[in-house]
Amino acid sequence: MSDSTELKPRLSVASSPHIGATVTCTNIMLWVVVALAPASIWAMVSMGWPAVQMFVLCIGSALGTEAAWNAIAKKPQTLLDGSALVTGVLLALCMPPMLPWWMSVAAGFISIALGKMIFGGLGWNLFNPALVGRAFVLMSWAGVLSKLPNKGWFKTIDVVGAGGLDAISGATRLAIASADRAAAGGYGFNLASQYQPLLWRNLEGSLGEVSAGLLILGGLVLLFKGIIDWRIPAGYIGTMGLLSWVFGSDPIFNVLAGGVVLGAFFMATDYVSSPMTKNGKLVYGIGCGVFNAVGRFYGPAPESTTFAILFMNGLAPLIDKMFIPRTFGWVKRNEE
Amino acid sequence: MSKAAFRGGVHPPEHKEQTSASAIEWMPVPARLVIPMSQHLGAPCAVQVAVGDRVRRGQVIGSVDAMVSAPIHSPVDGEVAAIGLSLTAGGMRVQCVTVTPDAEQNLEAFVPVPAGDVRATVRAAGIVGLGGAAFPSAVKLSPPKDMNVTTVILNGCECEPYLTCDHRVMVESPERVVAGARIIAEAIGASRVVIGVEENKPDAIAALREAAIEGVEVSSLVTRYPQGAEKQLIWAFLKAEVPHGKLPAAAGALVHNVATAAAIADAVELRKPLTERVVTVTGRVAKPGNYRVLLGTLVSDLIEFAGGFSGGVGRVIAGGPMTGPALADLDVPIAKGSSGIVVLGPDEIAPLVEGDQACIRCGRCSEACPMFLQPYLIATHANRRDWTTAEIFHPVDCIECGVCSYSCPTRRPLLQLIRLAKAAVMSKGAKL
Repeated sequence: MSDSTELKPRLSVASSPHIGATVTCTNIMLWVVVALAPASIWAMVSMGWPAVQMFVLCIGSALGTEAAWNAIAKKPQTLLDGSALVTGVLLALCMPPMLPWWMSVAAGFISIALGKMIFGGLGWNLFNPALVGRAFVLMSWAGVLSKLPNKGWFKTIDVVGAGGLDAISGATRLAIASADRAAAGGYGFNLASQYQPLLWRNLEGSLGEVSAGLLILGGLVLLFKGIIDWRIPAGYIGTMGLLSWVFGSDPIFNVLAGGVVLGAFFMATDYVSSPMTKNGKLVYGIGCGVFNAVGRFYGPAPESTTFAILFMNGLAPLIDKMFIPRTFGWVKRNEE
Repeated sequence: MSKAAFRGGVHPPEHKEQTSASAIEWMPVPARLVIPMSQHLGAPCAVQVAVGDRVRRGQVIGSVDAMVSAPIHSPVDGEVAAIGLSLTAGGMRVQCVTVTPDAEQNLEAFVPVPAGDVRATVRAAGIVGLGGAAFPSAVKLSPPKDMNVTTVILNGCECEPYLTCDHRVMVESPERVVAGARIIAEAIGASRVVIGVEENKPDAIAALREAAIEGVEVSSLVTRYPQGAEKQLIWAFLKAEVPHGKLPAAAGALVHNVATAAAIADAVELRKPLTERVVTVTGRVAKPGNYRVLLGTLVSDLIEFAGGFSGGVGRVIAGGPMTGPALADLDVPIAKGSSGIVVLGPDEIAPLVEGDQACIRCGRCSEACPMFLQPYLIATHANRRDWTTAEIFHPVDCIECGVCSYSCPTRRPLLQLIRLAKAAVMSKGAKL
């Protein structure tokens, strides 16, 4: 009966569809953090306290900046979308462990403030926020960075005991390889001997370089979960390997060394700053690989991942424009 | 092996198990029927009776001379109690004839539709697409002369979650479906008939194959929403795209819903007008099932017959949860296009988001769109009321299946914004 009160519940009305997929922005971001967790934890275990400090500072600074920005701008809090957390983790992974603490804080602030919030927050930024932070540190304190001990804290103690600070500051194996190549056209050590350390335990360079193997594992998790598309990492890594071979170097070494794996699976695949069209993703991935390889072999520094991805970020909207698919049904018609 | 479907789409939880095994059951004649004069796309019917008139089951109570229309018949023997505007499921106030049924009813008997050719009979029987769109079937049986329709496709996908009414029709009356398919194919001179059923209904596929006659194929399709959308279904079988702005006939196909085909068989072979339909009542109701319901039955009466609500009620949907309208009032009648009443709990509804949600450019909407549109772009321009830019991205081609809104992780109201763009562009005279 229509007059029964039981049949007159409060009905909510909205236009269709009435159901939604369970995937939310927050759980996508948390999956990215989960995928990064093995490499991050292993970096902290391997490099010790400075690495822990790096994660705490980068994440804290990123979250703090976003919270403060929203508070000052009187906007709703957005920390729960999880994107600032991802930025913090990625930022920590692309920093060398012995970076002065205030630089980490500054990097976190720049990432979020100038990398994201100034554009209008998540979704509106043109560039990957974490890479904006890293680029800022690289450009601002290049002199300081070049004098940083490149090895983790535990290693530092060992080496300081043996040969003093000079013995530990300076070049990573990647930089040495690059210098060797430039000077003599060959390498002073066997690049293939570096596969194992680069995959599982490398204490030179930034935190994200400790274990390329664990990052690949995390990347595969994201691929398997359908969170990232294979086209960007495949285009990126494939091109990097191919060009390394073309330029006369060892493709596997060049993919594993430096930030290529972190960049290809976690940085270049950032939704906001990468193309959305499928073909666009492939082209963008290939572009990242080209600029990374050219930068590594012919640029001023062997570590060119940051600028390769930032450059392609800038091109992403144009790439998307080129690859918008034809609407279904918009077939060529002879009679018109 | 099931056929590869189409590009795009999503696979929402099916929720069909609640009713997929429930045999079709007659709902008893309710105390009153409120029969809308517009239960179809096209011209509304003019009332052909007056208050106080006696009507018989199958008697025409509304009709109009327009090409795109379908007459309305009284589903019962009874008396016209009122004629006036009444709210319908779509939210519009429509001219309705209220009939008080007699205490004694013989639902086996009816006033037969006049004899004639297939098109005339289908028209006279008031048959419209029972899948939900309610397009007059007789019109579809008259394809333009210059188009060569070679294939009749019967749509047994029932890709909307929750709904199982077509499923039960296929399982229980496969021979009616097949008979309808044959009648349609003969009427338009098509050489090939395929019945497409999603693979999640193996019993329906088996029943149809058992009943199939020479020249009727039964084909299993991948379970993927919106496989039952006309253009996507044609693509699945013919690998042909219906050109923008053209009828399916331009791709050489004619698509009818399986239940429509069964109704056409009843009209042609038994001269039976369309006076009832199978409705899936499911979700948060005590006695979910598939009920044969007289047209004009109020949703409130139907829900009461289905045992009333059970558990918290958030939204009542007429049709499936991807495309059906939400009901604000339950005293609205079941019409020819009402495939289901789905009652969702507050926790089952996609949450409403307040304010402007940012697009994180994940690409899920573009990947899911079966029309290869870029929903995020149309929505972004629609949000700015920039119809000129929105138009570049073809909002008019949107089939409103809802997969974009469904798949958006930040819950942007994509389809809702695209509808705005579509309406704005079409009001400027763009052709559909």
